[in-house]
Amino acid sequence: MHAEDFDINIEDMSKIEGHASLELKVRKGEVQDVKLKVFENRRFFEFAVRGKNYAAVPQLVSRICGTCSAAHLMCSIKCIEHAFGFQPTEQTKLLRDLTLYGVNIRDHAMHLFLFVLPDLFGKDSVLQFADSGLEHRLLHRALAIKQAGNTLSAEVAGRTVHPPFPAVGNFLHVPSKEKAKSLIVELKGVRESAIEFVHLFAEKDFVFEMPDIDFVANVNENYSYIGDGICTHSKGFCIPEHGFERFFKESVVPYSQASGFSFQGTPYMVGALARMNINCTSLNRRTREDLTEDNLFPSFNIYHNNLAQAIEIVHCIDSSIDLLENCDFRQEPILKVEPKESEGVGVMEAPRGTLYYHGKLDAKGNFTYANLVIPTAQNQVLMEKAVGRLVQQRVTEDKKPKQIQKEVETLIRAFDPCMSCATHFLKVKWK
Amino acid sequence: MPKKKLAMGWFTFTCSEDNTILFVELLNQYYFQWKELVEFRHCKVLKTDNRHGRFDVAFVEGAISTKKEEDKLREIRKKSKKLVAVGACACTGLPAGQRNSFTPEMLSRITPFLEAYQLRDKIVPLGAIVKVDDSLPGCPMVPGQFVQLLEKYLAEFGVK
Repeated sequence: MHAEDFDINIEDMSKIEGHASLELKVRKGEVQDVKLKVFENRRFFEFAVRGKNYAAVPQLVSRICGTCSAAHLMCSIKCIEHAFGFQPTEQTKLLRDLTLYGVNIRDHAMHLFLFVLPDLFGKDSVLQFADSGLEHRLLHRALAIKQAGNTLSAEVAGRTVHPPFPAVGNFLHVPSKEKAKSLIVELKGVRESAIEFVHLFAEKDFVFEMPDIDFVANVNENYSYIGDGICTHSKGFCIPEHGFERFFKESVVPYSQASGFSFQGTPYMVGALARMNINCTSLNRRTREDLTEDNLFPSFNIYHNNLAQAIEIVHCIDSSIDLLENCDFRQEPILKVEPKESEGVGVMEAPRGTLYYHGKLDAKGNFTYANLVIPTAQNQVLMEKAVGRLVQQRVTEDKKPKQIQKEVETLIRAFDPCMSCATHFLKVKWK
Repeated sequence: MPKKKLAMGWFTFTCSEDNTILFVELLNQYYFQWKELVEFRHCKVLKTDNRHGRFDVAFVEGAISTKKEEDKLREIRKKSKKLVAVGACACTGLPAGQRNSFTPEMLSRITPFLEAYQLRDKIVPLGAIVKVDDSLPGCPMVPGQFVQLLEKYLAEFGVK
């Protein structure tokens, strides 16, 4: 047992999205006061949408977060369409799916290859990777996978960040046959590398089990990120889209600019690990045929969030190839959306977990209310709990404070938090 | 004698970090080329060991919304030969500064947050605080313009 008292203070954590810090104390061998502080400065988007027309809101909320922009865009679109009772065409739904496959490939790839991969090789950064050999080869392959996700997002949705083609009621552009062919070639070209990374993360990643935690994810038969509006809790509860505010309890975290959440008093986890734990049997058929690592789920190893993301990259590649090979996308007439005084909820799986939008609109289609529940905010309570438990274990094992701090950073990174998003749940009383 | 590299800093203030994402995406294509030419002296998205030495060029995204950010920006300016405002928030203050035009009723609702987190009354672009040498406008920036500007600085600082 470590006799010495010590503090861990990590200011402005690196290799995560956005700004966060961590403070904790160890006194007489006991961990005290674990505080994960999100200090991303608020930009008050939930207020800013008030009075804005439905047609403008998706592009506005896309600016909440650079990396999750397409998820905010899609979820707000879904919320507005549900409010108006509007049904998009089957092609529009498929193009939205395709967009999100691209988003997940590039987003998971950024997290796994730039943020996590150095940890697996005991280095601070990919910048320290050797100029030849295994590390060099892996980095080449990683960047090619990331680029394939970028190309897919850009060609289908118009841009990787704040994409212009997805809109309320419509998808404003379709990929040409030539583009579809070249996308298939690029995706097939990186598939083997993506599988190699699944094996690597299964073999090399760390272990930190939390067997008493719960998970929540949107469950559907195609492992689609848009989903069908029903979320499932790992203990079997079904959470309907329109009732999510009744199920999840928000807790204000006084030292943080983000809020936390719990389900029936218990913190839960959202994200790739939750999706794999609840829904891995719905992965693309070829993905399941060519991988055995899906057998590791359900898992309570937090680091398997990384493995889950690596598997999802293969799933997104396979599902994109299927859509591009089998769909004959044609430019459709722009459908008119009729606004009305209404209320709607949109739920989907963003790369980092379940995202909820709840909006109220007036007869002209202007927003009068918005409430957003963000994946990282849902994970915040659990992240603190995990850090406290990890440090307590390591203190008991007599590990050095510096070593413990490094492991804490690695664990937080495994959650893949996005602090830019997390601050945009705002506890406000609306009139 | 080791080859001279461009000492670069990448900093982020109040924004969506979309320019950081595009910068990271550019690495897909340029990583191995830039690694030989650029020392990423401060780049939180790539590494933990970030130094606050001097920079040939500091690329700064985001608007300024707190006194702490203001102080940090002044410090970056002092340490940098060139400072580039990256993206709409850094160049114009928007959309991060959308609360600047909130109605008095909306402002009254957010005032407790402004006080609790010591946020400035008004969010401002970088140019309102320090001298900006170059700007990369857009929400997000245009990736090709970043590449062009980096090429300009590589030539100006005798790296290429």
